[in-house]
Order: sequence, then structure tokens, then C-alpha cells
Amino acid sequence: MYPREFDYVAPASLDEAFGALGDDSKVMSGGMSLLPLMKMRLFSPATVVDIGRIPGLDAIEDSGDHISVGALVRHADTATSDLIKANAAALATAASLTGDVQVRNRGTTCGSLAHADVAADQPAAVIALGATMFAQSASGTREIAASDFFVDAMTSALRSDEILTGIRFPKAGPGEGSAYDKLGRRGGRSDYAVAGVAAWVKKSNGSIEDARVAVTGVGTKPTLAAGVAEALIGSDGSDAAVKSAAEKAIDGITVLEDLYGSVEYKSHLAKVYVARAVKAALANAG
Amino acid sequence: MQVSMTVNGGEVSGDVEARTLLVHFIRENLHLTGTHVGCESGYCGACTVILDSKPVKSCSMLAVQAEGSSITTIEGLASNGELHPVQEGFWERHGLQCGFCTPGMIMSSVALLEENDNPSEAEIRHSIEGNLCRCTGYHNIVKAVEYAGAKVRGEEPPPPDWEEGS
Ligand SMILES: Cc1cc2nc3c(=O)[nH]c(=O)nc-3n(C[C@H](O)[C@H](O)[C@H](O)COP(=O)(O)OP(=O)(O)OC[C@H]3O[C@@H](n4cnc5c(N)ncnc54)[C@H](O)[C@@H]3O)c2cc1C
Ligand code: FES
Ligand code: FES
Repeated sequence: MYPREFDYVAPASLDEAFGALGDDSKVMSGGMSLLPLMKMRLFSPATVVDIGRIPGLDAIEDSGDHISVGALVRHADTATSDLIKANAAALATAASLTGDVQVRNRGTTCGSLAHADVAADQPAAVIALGATMFAQSASGTREIAASDFFVDAMTSALRSDEILTGIRFPKAGPGEGSAYDKLGRRGGRSDYAVAGVAAWVKKSNGSIEDARVAVTGVGTKPTLAAGVAEALIGSDGSDAAVKSAAEKAIDGITVLEDLYGSVEYKSHLAKVYVARAVKAALANAG
Repeated sequence: MQVSMTVNGGEVSGDVEARTLLVHFIRENLHLTGTHVGCESGYCGACTVILDSKPVKSCSMLAVQAEGSSITTIEGLASNGELHPVQEGFWERHGLQCGFCTPGMIMSSVALLEENDNPSEAEIRHSIEGNLCRCTGYHNIVKAVEYAGAKVRGEEPPPPDWEEGS
């Protein structure tokens, strides 16, 4: 299975990359999603701009109260970074549950976000963490909130002349914690999410002061479950409170039937996994 | 396009199209046909090679992406006619049936043991999650990796299943 012919460019800088991007081009980072699609001829860009050789994009950085993850940070690095595990367990877990060893060695966190697959793990994590995405082009950098970044199935807010050069999210403060859990397509936690949920909570004085919960896999895009967060805030975070909040898991989400489950089944899963992720986030909250 | 890389310790180069996949460069230009092509879609792991110390699926990379890298294929494991401990483990513990998945299984297992020479059964199974065996001989594959781990640690490998309790 070969892709159609294309021009390949491997720029040495972002500026060079912006110069190579056009209407019929595709950015390639890990290639773990792009190449299979090109081999199936679902995508046949005229130019592939491989950003894999641009220096300086592969860092996980601690900037005091935030952490930033560059465009070339691979799933394997995100999954094993002590900084991310301690401050953003939802993202570390999502990365560790992505694909398999070989996929995690090549695929990147940002590539996965830019790809915006409806069943990808990372998008839910960055929404729950309240991350900011950096969309850079020759004309400057746009900062996009993660909750506005996912527009539709396989469609992000990125323009074709932009590169997602990195993301940034706040470090976990006192009482804050996050978690991710999913049912994978191959059973257990393996492969893309049939239903996946990331939760972030902030506890104070025995109650939940703030929360963000995002659901992936069940609809056309990863979505903030605003109803769940509303029900959690002010509650005591007891199992009963979490269970009752989880009932709102699919409020405002159009659940779609697919090969992996009916609307009824996936709606049920969303509730079960909201409860699991919120409980895990509460347990992780220091 | 011209590409060059190190494969099994030797410098190689070749003229490829941009769309030439790494696995095809390895098989067709270098004539190293031990690396197999199974699903071609990134799922089965038959095409696994070790690139700069990490297992990757060579059907899901362009040859030009591997420019300048160092690659080990199944042909690069045995030295002076002596099998690598993982190859020996697959032989001793019947870790293969038809053998189609075997090169990929072995490359993933070699990479695992280089990071952790005493993996638990769960760690072994996790590390070959990206390798599918249609003969479903996973039980003996795990035993083969346990055998190899013992060899790498300089210990006596556990006895084969078929001798336990006999
Ligand atoms: C066998 C297998 C199993 C998988 N299992 C899972 C799973 O369980 N969960 C999961 O979430 N995902 C899974 N994936 C998908 C994988 O995690 C990601 O989709 C993949 O790693 C994308 O990252 P990449 O760097 O490889 O992107 P690429 O394949 O290089 O690019 C993907 C898309 O994003 C665009 N793009 C990439 N980087 C940028 C950038 N920096 N700026 C702008 N656009 C960009 C490309 O143009 C392309 O359209 C699996 C993939 C495979 C092959
Ligand atoms: S042939 Fe590469 S993963 Fe199947
Ligand atoms: S031994 Fe036949 S596919 Fe694994």
C-alpha cells in the first residue's frame, strides 16, 4: 500500500515550514495517523511538510506555574514524564493508554490533538486540564482554548497555514487533581476510546470547589460535560454525589452509534466512565 | 531522493521515492526480507524494527524519515552464528507456529529486555500489545521472553511448561 506521489520537505526551522505550507499540503509530525490515511488514499496532499527535524520542539518545560509540551513530544515521553504525571495525570494516563509501544514511540501528543479523531484520548485530557493551544503561522501565534479547539470529527480550529507548535496547561495547585479512564475498542483500556473521560477537580474544605470533565469517543467531538461539572461543584464529592453528577454525562452531546456500540450502550458507558474518572481525580487531588 | 542510514551496524544508502515506506526500503533495496509486511496499516507489528533504540512500525514511516538514524532488523540480532537470547528463547520455548509475526515479536521483545531485563508477565504482555499473532501463540511467546530475560540476566531459564510437574 503506497500513498500517491507527493513532494516531501523536511524544513529545518518553523519559518521554513510556514513557507512550505499551502492549500494542498499536510504537516507531518509522527505520521502515525497521516501515513495510514495517505496509504488508504483518504488523504493525498501534494506536499508533506515533515516538522520532525525542526529543533526545539521536543521539550516538556516547567515554566513555574505552567507546563508546556512542544509539538514533537511523543506519547511515550508524555506518558513517562514525572512532571506531567505529578501535575496532569489525565494527560499522562491518556498518553500511556494510546495505541501500543510502537505507536507511542512515534506519535506525538500535539499530532493527536491536531488530528482531532472523535475517539482519541488526548483531546479529553487537554480540555479537562484547561489547556491552551498555540497555533502558529507566518503571521503570528493564536492562543486557542482547548475547549474551543475541537470543532467537529477530524476537524480542529487550526487553519491550513498553521502549525500547532505546542500546548500549555496549569500545574496542579493545592487540592487539585486529574485523571483519565476509558473503555478501549479492543476491550480493557486498549486502542481508541469507545468512551473515554478526563476529569479535573479542585477540592477545598471538604467540598469540590471547581471541576472540568470532558468526554471523548461517544459523539462527533470531545466535549466539555458542563452539566457534570455544575453538579459536582459545591458537592462533598461522595460516591453518591459523583454518581448523581455522572447522570449528566451526555447532556448536550449527540451520542452516535458506531461499530463499537449503540447509542444506549455508549450513553451508559459515558456515565460509568465519568464516575470512574471523577473518583480517580478526587483521589489524585492533593 | 537519496537516503542514508545505519542498518545492523553498516552504513547503507539508496535512491527512493518520497512515498517509499521504510519497510519497503529495508526489504526491496536492502534485500533484508526478515522484516515482514502484514496489515500495512499500523496494527499488526510484523514490520517492527528498532530505530534509535526504540521499536517502531516500519510500514508507518517513510524511508526519508529514517534518514540519519540507526536501525536494527531481525537479521542484525544473531552474531557469529549465535542466536540472540530472544531468538534462542523463541526456539527453545516454541514461541512460533507459522512464524509470520515472529520477527516483529522478537524485535519488540529485544527492545523490552534492553530497558528491563526482568519484566513481569504483565509487562511482557503490555510490551507486545502492538504485535498480533494470528496463530495466537501468545502463551509460548511470553514464555520465550521469560526464557530470554533469564539468559540476559545470566540465570538458568525456568523449565518449559511441558516438563513442569512431569
Ligand atoms: C495502531 C494504532 C493505534 C492507535 N491507537 C490510539 C489510541 O488508542 N488512542 C488514540 O488517541 N490514538 C490512537 N492512535 C492514533 C495516534 O495516537 C495519533 O493519532 C497519532 O499519534 C497522531 O500523532 P502524529 O504525531 O503521529 O500525527 P501525524 O500522523 O503526523 O498527523 C496527524 C494529523 O495531524 C496533523 N498534524 C500533526 N501534527 C501537527 C501539528 N503540529 N500542527 C498541525 N497539524 C498537525 C497532520 O497534518 C495530520 O492531519 C493509534 C494509531 C495507530 C496507528
Ligand atoms: S505491517 Fe506494519 S503494523 Fe502491520
Ligand atoms: S506464529 Fe503465526 S502469526 Fe504468530
